[in-house]
Amino acid sequence: MTTLTAVTSYAPALDGRAMDALSGPLADALICLALALAALMATAVVLTRGTVRQAIVLSGYGLVLGLLFLILQAPDVAMSQIGVGTVLLPLIVVLALHATRRHRDTGHRDTGHRGAEKETRR
Amino acid sequence: MKARTRVTLFGSGAAGTAALFTAGALGLPAFGGALHPYADRAVRQAAAQGTPNAVASVTFDQRAFDTLGEELILLSAAVAAVVLLRAVRQEEQDAGGSHRHGPAEVPDALRTIGYLLLPVTLAAGVYIVAHGHQSPGGGFQGGVVLGTAIHLLYLAGDYPALRRLRPIPLFETAEAVAAAAFVVLALAAAGWAATGRVPALNGAVGTEVGCALVLLLGKFFEQALLVRETGPAARPGARAAGDPREPP
Amino acid sequence: MSVLPYLTAGWIMLVGVYGIVTSRDLIHAVVCLSVTQSGTYVLLLAIGYRSGATAPVFSDRPPPPAGGPVTDPVVQAMALTDIVVGATVTALLLALAVQVARRRGTLDPGALRSLES
Repeated sequence: MTTLTAVTSYAPALDGRAMDALSGPLADALICLALALAALMATAVVLTRGTVRQAIVLSGYGLVLGLLFLILQAPDVAMSQIGVGTVLLPLIVVLALHATRRHRDTGHRDTGHRGAEKETRR
Repeated sequence: MKARTRVTLFGSGAAGTAALFTAGALGLPAFGGALHPYADRAVRQAAAQGTPNAVASVTFDQRAFDTLGEELILLSAAVAAVVLLRAVRQEEQDAGGSHRHGPAEVPDALRTIGYLLLPVTLAAGVYIVAHGHQSPGGGFQGGVVLGTAIHLLYLAGDYPALRRLRPIPLFETAEAVAAAAFVVLALAAAGWAATGRVPALNGAVGTEVGCALVLLLGKFFEQALLVRETGPAARPGARAAGDPREPP
Repeated sequence: MSVLPYLTAGWIMLVGVYGIVTSRDLIHAVVCLSVTQSGTYVLLLAIGYRSGATAPVFSDRPPPPAGGPVTDPVVQAMALTDIVVGATVTALLLALAVQVARRRGTLDPGALRSLES
């Protein structure tokens, strides 16, 4: 509570100039751009049929969503989304793919290729 | 159901949903409008309670019971996933899969970066949890950072060190204790000052999320690596005990 | 602009459901489900946004009305908890998919005729 009362003294520093950066046509354009990117990446994630490639695209989608949330002035949510969406979810998906790769012998060439690649690297 | 029928059915359903959703969206208050009655009340309450981060105040103070429910969903989902993966693992060991986790060959640059980033990331996670009531952050975000941070060791190619750093029973106990602590704190919170309650709840949530993620990732890692060891590897020993279902 | 964010959220949800419907792989379907779920975050945050507002954190400035408008912390708290809890539930679904692959030897939902094992 002491911090809350202490900062009241320099409230006039937050005048119109700082607020203008957050509204106005430029901010609208930024939000529109981020929304369009998010919609595009979501479509890309769904339409990517190769499952390992999809995990990578999912990581990019998580990052774009995090940026969108940051632009929408939600830093808490953006932090959560960037941690979960770019690292945790793709990692779990790749691990699950690796655990099940013996059972996908039809079609998905890229997973088999990736498994083989990893085999030789280790 | 054939794929074509399914897509047709989905198309009609999606068209109806889209029409209804658009109609509903047109009736919503315009994007970016000034009318936010809940926000005004929540912000006023957060300021009155002395929690500078209003989101943390809503999560752990004004809507703490909702968060309690989410906590228990998280706990049960993590426990269920761990149980499912454990059953599979038992099965695989019965089938004679060998379990070998030697240090992998990774580039030195990757190894160095992994080791360097580990303490920094852990410190950042602890900071996000501990400072969550004052700045953006909190138990959920910090827990995610903490839970994924120690897997930098895997990136650095040091799986044995990761296993030593991650005694599964300890994390299981810690997760259960953190969940219990959250429940107790949330139930006992009625007569307690919010300034002390929010950081405590943040800590409990951070511990629980971090432990849950470590457990989950640990089980998934075990699965993935176990299969790789029994796979058609370049090692002659593994090939001898090969599985007939292996792809060529 | 006034309804565009809501429609974007709707598009993300529908495209995710489309992915689930046409999926030939259980893990692909789970990822599409998480895309569907992310549409709700976009919708929630779009409802909570206010033009010219900053994040609802008051450690370096006074709360409104003195410090200017802020975005809605209620929807942010909902989205925030749901992202983390949703990730755990996704992990549970992936664990189920791993089990299905082990028991039935396939991940194609079309090839899973019945649920008996």
